[in-house]
Amino acid sequence: MSIYVLEEQLNEFKIEVIDKYRDTKSPLMQILQESQKRYGCVPVEVQEFISKEMNITTAKINGVVSFYSMFSLKPSGRHILGVCTGTACYVKGASRLVERVEALLDTEYGSTTEDGCFTLAHTRCVGDCAQAPVIMVNDEFNGKVTSDDIPKIIARHRGKNCKK
Amino acid sequence: MKMINLKINDQEIVVEAGKNILDYCVELGIDIPTFCHDERIKSEGACRMCVVEVKGINRLLASCATPATDGMEIKTHSPEVMEARKDVLELTWASHPNDCVVCDANGDCKLQDYSYEYNLTSIPEYDGHKRNFSIDDSNKFFYIDPEKCILCGKCVYVCKDLQGVEALGFNQRGHDTFISFAFDNGMEQSNCVSCGNCVSVCPTGALMEKSNVMFRSWETKKTRTTCPYCGVGCQFDIVTKGEQVVRIDPAPGTPNEGLLCVKGKFAYKFINHKGRLTSPLIKENGEFREASWDEAYDLIASKYTELNNKYGSATFAGLASAKCTNEENYMFQKLFRAAIGTNNVDHCARLCHASTVAGLATTLGSGAMTNSIAEVKDHDVIFVIGSNTTETHPVIGSFMKQAIAKGSKIIVADPREIELAEGADVFLKILPGTNVPLLNAMMKVIYNENLHDIDYISERTENFETTLETIQNTDIEEAAEICGIDAEDIRKAARIYAAGNKAGIYYAMGITQHSQGTNNVKSIANLALLCGNVGIESGGINPLRGQNNVQGACDMGGLPDVFPGYQKVFNDEARAKFEKAWGVKLDNKVGLSLPHVLDGAYEDQIRFLYIMGENPVVSDPDTTHVKKSLDNLDFLIVQDLFMTETAEMADVILPASSYAEKEGTFTNTERRVQMIRPAIKPVGDSKADYIIIQEIMNKIGYNQPILTPSEIMDEVATLTPIYGGVSYDRIQELGLQWPVLDHNHPGTKYLHKDKFARGLGLFSEVEFAEAKELPDENFPIVLTTGRVLYHFHTISMTGKNEEINEIVPENFIEISPKTAESYKLKHMDHASISSRRGTTKAVVHVTDKIGDGVMFMPFHFADGANMLTNTELDATCNIPELKVCAVQIDGKL
Repeated sequence: MSIYVLEEQLNEFKIEVIDKYRDTKSPLMQILQESQKRYGCVPVEVQEFISKEMNITTAKINGVVSFYSMFSLKPSGRHILGVCTGTACYVKGASRLVERVEALLDTEYGSTTEDGCFTLAHTRCVGDCAQAPVIMVNDEFNGKVTSDDIPKIIARHRGKNCKK
Repeated sequence: MKMINLKINDQEIVVEAGKNILDYCVELGIDIPTFCHDERIKSEGACRMCVVEVKGINRLLASCATPATDGMEIKTHSPEVMEARKDVLELTWASHPNDCVVCDANGDCKLQDYSYEYNLTSIPEYDGHKRNFSIDDSNKFFYIDPEKCILCGKCVYVCKDLQGVEALGFNQRGHDTFISFAFDNGMEQSNCVSCGNCVSVCPTGALMEKSNVMFRSWETKKTRTTCPYCGVGCQFDIVTKGEQVVRIDPAPGTPNEGLLCVKGKFAYKFINHKGRLTSPLIKENGEFREASWDEAYDLIASKYTELNNKYGSATFAGLASAKCTNEENYMFQKLFRAAIGTNNVDHCARLCHASTVAGLATTLGSGAMTNSIAEVKDHDVIFVIGSNTTETHPVIGSFMKQAIAKGSKIIVADPREIELAEGADVFLKILPGTNVPLLNAMMKVIYNENLHDIDYISERTENFETTLETIQNTDIEEAAEICGIDAEDIRKAARIYAAGNKAGIYYAMGITQHSQGTNNVKSIANLALLCGNVGIESGGINPLRGQNNVQGACDMGGLPDVFPGYQKVFNDEARAKFEKAWGVKLDNKVGLSLPHVLDGAYEDQIRFLYIMGENPVVSDPDTTHVKKSLDNLDFLIVQDLFMTETAEMADVILPASSYAEKEGTFTNTERRVQMIRPAIKPVGDSKADYIIIQEIMNKIGYNQPILTPSEIMDEVATLTPIYGGVSYDRIQELGLQWPVLDHNHPGTKYLHKDKFARGLGLFSEVEFAEAKELPDENFPIVLTTGRVLYHFHTISMTGKNEEINEIVPENFIEISPKTAESYKLKHMDHASISSRRGTTKAVVHVTDKIGDGVMFMPFHFADGANMLTNTELDATCNIPELKVCAVQIDGKL
């Protein structure tokens, strides 16, 4: 069973969510959104559970989940870290920052660190190109970032709410 | 009907409204390129190759998805259109691997063809991001190479809307989109049934069959023919390179509409298998040696003379074949009736639908499917009882799913929770052998709730009042208890069935293979008659015939009581007709049926047995008894493609050519007589069965001119009223559905329209009788048998395909978790199972799809299920009770 959703939660999910939407016109989106809201994700096990309950194939459910960026298979990390790769930031060397972040966190762009602390999110222009290159951590803005600033930014946030 | 005016290029046409622009262009013969279009599925307009210019609209329209409207002026090949199509190709090309020179699809790829046609420059205009995907080759038969995929989506929609499986889906979005099973797990993890219909529609090399043979499309030849497996009679092209079969391509149109199943599509490797018999074999001192045809024929002729002089023709018997053509079965029974002089001819229909032939001939006057396969999709209620349709008749199963998607209700009655049961409106998990109480109870509900068709009963049927008494004597609660189901479900099922205006009943061995088989069939007829559901389009009684030509083998008189066309041997008029045609005096006594032939062999009543294309050592009940019987014969001829378990017991083996090496006809389950055509030359020294039989007839002293299959069919037509109008020049394209009374008769789509073949539909009183062997203290479990999707019958053909054997390698049983626990068995353990007649081994599959105290075992494997099954017969038609016997689990091995 998934580490994100417990078996007993699935029963509750059936009663409170699936049974509620089962006979509505297109229930799948509502049910998936509800999972995302409750668990922070729509993991494989939940998709399989919905498939069985609703008699909708997993191929179809997975198609919907993987299509919309609002759904994720795993919950996001506690902090969303994004290196802006918009045009200005890119010209100012954003790609080097991305490499550095990936190396320091030992994870790929678009995924979440092992400890669940950071999710590296694809980020496009945040609208403050004069300060390029930019790194966003949640809603905290960091402008004119250099490669050497990154360890400090990470350390500052790892300290917050990130003890296992 | 609304008519509209269209101008396409410079042609002005007036057409019926209602179609999309592309359809009208195709009708005019205008070639419009498409990747994603398939007339069987809803147009998605995904690929944009089919764009056209419509006057007054300032953008190009996808012709496949745009309804044509009155006054449209359409240009299909204007400069703008050509430029747009070229752009689409350039963009597709930009992210394609472009490795045509080594691609397996080279020469058989739409992207390649259109790129050539639209003159793409060799240096791509756009330098796209190449995609980086890995190949999924986890399926045994095909692989998916997402880098070659152009995302037309055809595979996804064919899998979902036509096959009804939906194993494939779109994963991710935009540039990252790829086609796969859910979560990017390999296809092997999915619910994929390996039908390969996705492979057949893929326009590029993205979905490709795994092939051991290297071939280029321009080296191959295609031969349109009929599938040799089940009774659906799918049409396909055998693709050959030289004398090697390299692929099977489904044919569009009737009856399979471009669909196939895993066996038809991929299990063709038996044809060129190294195990094929290539020369006659004669057994000497217990060993086979190769012999010439003349030697083999001389031996047969001398044994014939010797045994005929000593014991007489009544000690001769023959088993015709549901695998062979109509022409071959006709000649085979002619050999026995005219040349040898006995009616001792039967075949495996005795084991499958003897009860249908008996039960439906009595009640309706004709023992065949009353509807056509195409009508499956238009039922408003489908009642499946004793048929695992998606595994045994997969394409009909898919059509049922299409009907359900269109809104048809479905009721399923079966001891196992089969695939169709999953989405059924009512699933009745009945105990094996309890069809009659269920059907009687349903009828009682229908009558008491006034849901029956009073006018139909009074105008078209007889014997209703007496039958009603039996029905009224049924106690619904008691019936539910016998069946092991909830009485409320019986009521629900009855109401759904009766509410249908076009309800179709589908049944197979779950109804027929019982000591009460004929009664089961009659009971089905009662239900359909009660609701007026026979003799109408998309409403009827449909026995699904198991083998490619079991319908034809029966039609051709491969039965001990009838000449071709079900004309009784004891009918003087019929016999006189055949005596005149064949120039000999004919026996007027009904011959021995298959079980009695075997018993006769055991008791020295039968001395000489000729088996054509059958494998009774595996297929018939009580293997030990079958072997002893065959062993006791004076002379056994077996004619086959392979050294089967039965062939091993023969005195002489005659190597036959496969369906891919000869001409002839098969009659499918919807009574359609269809062509088979030679794609390769006969393998080795093998000969077509129709040639062998005619040569033997001459050898034993009957003057039979050697006829071609077409000439044989002409002879059949003169003697067989239901085939009266069948001739090869009429069946090249579509086939004909019997009855075809004369050369102008169009054939018959559905039977019993306005009037039953016997006049009035006959209601019959059917009382429940238990199976002959029920569980007791020593043998506490009920065994029921059946088929699996991947194998066919005694696996003499499917077992020659490695991939199939990997999927279903050995005998297995299905038991419930509770049954497993009581014998301390776990999933995938090996166990020994016994009945009063024998013992076998099997792998244990623990599943809640089967009830407690019930066991399922496939009948495919030698020394498997039929070591256990019961030889008790239905008294009317002599079908053995293969579906119910009592067994015990001896324990874990």
